Amino acid sequence: MAEIKFVLNNEKVQIDRDPTMRLLDVLRDDFGLIGVKEGCGEGECGACSVLIDSEVASSCIVPLGNVFDKKIVTIEGFKKTDRYKVLHEAYEEEGAVQCGFCIPGMLLASESLLNKNPHPSEDEIRDGLSGNLCRCTGYNMIVRAVQRAAETGEGLW
Amino acid sequence: MVKSYFPKTYRQALEILAKSNPAIIAGGTDLMVKKRRWSGLSPGFSEDMIFISQLRELDYIRRENGKIYIGANVTLEKLLHDKDIPEILKKAVASMASPGVRHTATLAGNIANASPAGDTLPVLYILNARIVIGSLERENVIQIEDFILGPGSIDLRRSEIIKEIIIDDTDFDFMMYEKVGGRKSDAISKVSFAAAVSSVFDMVTDMRIAIGAVAPTVVRIREFELQLIDTPVNEMAQISGLVKDLYKPLIKPISDQRSTADYRKMCVLNFIEEFLNKAGKRIGKEKDIDW
Ligand SMILES: Cc1cc2nc3c(=O)[nH]c(=O)nc-3n(C[C@H](O)[C@H](O)[C@H](O)COP(=O)(O)OP(=O)(O)OC[C@H]3O[C@@H](n4cnc5c(N)ncnc54)[C@H](O)[C@@H]3O)c2cc1C
Ligand code: FES
Ligand code: FES
Repeated sequence: MAEIKFVLNNEKVQIDRDPTMRLLDVLRDDFGLIGVKEGCGEGECGACSVLIDSEVASSCIVPLGNVFDKKIVTIEGFKKTDRYKVLHEAYEEEGAVQCGFCIPGMLLASESLLNKNPHPSEDEIRDGLSGNLCRCTGYNMIVRAVQRAAETGEGLW
Repeated sequence: MVKSYFPKTYRQALEILAKSNPAIIAGGTDLMVKKRRWSGLSPGFSEDMIFISQLRELDYIRRENGKIYIGANVTLEKLLHDKDIPEILKKAVASMASPGVRHTATLAGNIANASPAGDTLPVLYILNARIVIGSLERENVIQIEDFILGPGSIDLRRSEIIKEIIIDDTDFDFMMYEKVGGRKSDAISKVSFAAAVSSVFDMVTDMRIAIGAVAPTVVRIREFELQLIDTPVNEMAQISGLVKDLYKPLIKPISDQRSTADYRKMCVLNFIEEFLNKAGKRIGKEKDIDW
């Protein structure tokens, strides 16, 4: 056990847990943030994506001990931002949401990408989202959604 | 229950390693998958663990005196965006995993993991990577080929840690990195290849070839490379048969299916040929412009 302090969705939190626990489990079970999904559990699918210091990371392979003093944002926290609104609309407009299971992760990977690169090329979008699998859409709509968000959200990133 | 240590400084980490011999966890992208159990349950670590990712002191890339120093906490993604990192290393890193993994995975972890399919390894071999090993008593520098002993096996004591990696900052005339096969899960059908060449007055002065995932450790044979020195650049394409014959017996992919072993062997031989062909042409061309 160890006291782990970090910032979760803009709030300071502290938790006394085994630091080798998966961040995924702590977010879901201790903080009730069930927008963080578990797909593969081994870093391959991106359903468990969160932002750690603004960069997308797969929380199923991040030990709790590695978020000491870091800023974590889950889809629940990201929802409150203007960038989310733009991305959400763009995904809807392009028909990029079907069953929705991959979407929290996709949105956070999109945010992480646009944050570093506000005008990504198609290849850069595909690479930025390469860790996020979607069983439903075939990806093209998702790529177009990110392109649309980059345009409509001009200046936000 | 296992104990976890969170050193605040590198010095403190060395003290803990000397005293309690815990296992090191960096990004955790290898370890968390290896120790995985059911959801909700902590991964099955059976040893005390020392967390090091919070040590800012080990997060640096420095370029000095013809060498590049990469701290143990540098992530794969950081390598991709750093101006001092050679393109060939970036190409290998870009082929690995996805942003969500690269943001946390470290180069030091990829080395310490010593997987025959580790994608940075062939590049590190041709850049003459040296591993700086720290411990409370002393600091040691060791060549990567002496550090990696076999699959999953490295020359590192329980009181020691990788502090940094040093690579050559050489301006080669031509470099090539190629990889067949995708993610870590299909290590079995994978090959990676890195090579570089330099020349002076159209004669080869330095040629390096490293091949990954075709033997228990990366294949780099310095005797062969020495034999290729003084080859005229315009004859590089002609010697490809000879070079392939040199390397052929060393390519012994571990594979239970003959077909995949044969396929991988063919890939490597094709890469050697492509490298020699392209290098010969490229170097010739640049000289045309220069002179
Ligand atoms: C989905 C996914 C895809 C992947 N794709 C690829 C791929 O395409 N190619 C590839 O090569 N790899 C791949 N990997 C493997 C992995 O990401 C890399 O090996 C990574 O670089 C390991 O770094 P880490 O910091 O996460 O290591 P950790 O998991 O923290 O540690 C790995 C090992 O290194 C040791 N270690 C770490 N740091 C140090 C240090 N400073 N000193 C001494 N020992 C140390 C640990 O004790 C442990 O034994 C993939 C992994 C995942 C989950
Ligand atoms: S659940 Fe984490 S990447 Fe699939
Ligand atoms: S919308 Fe169903 S998995 Fe992506």
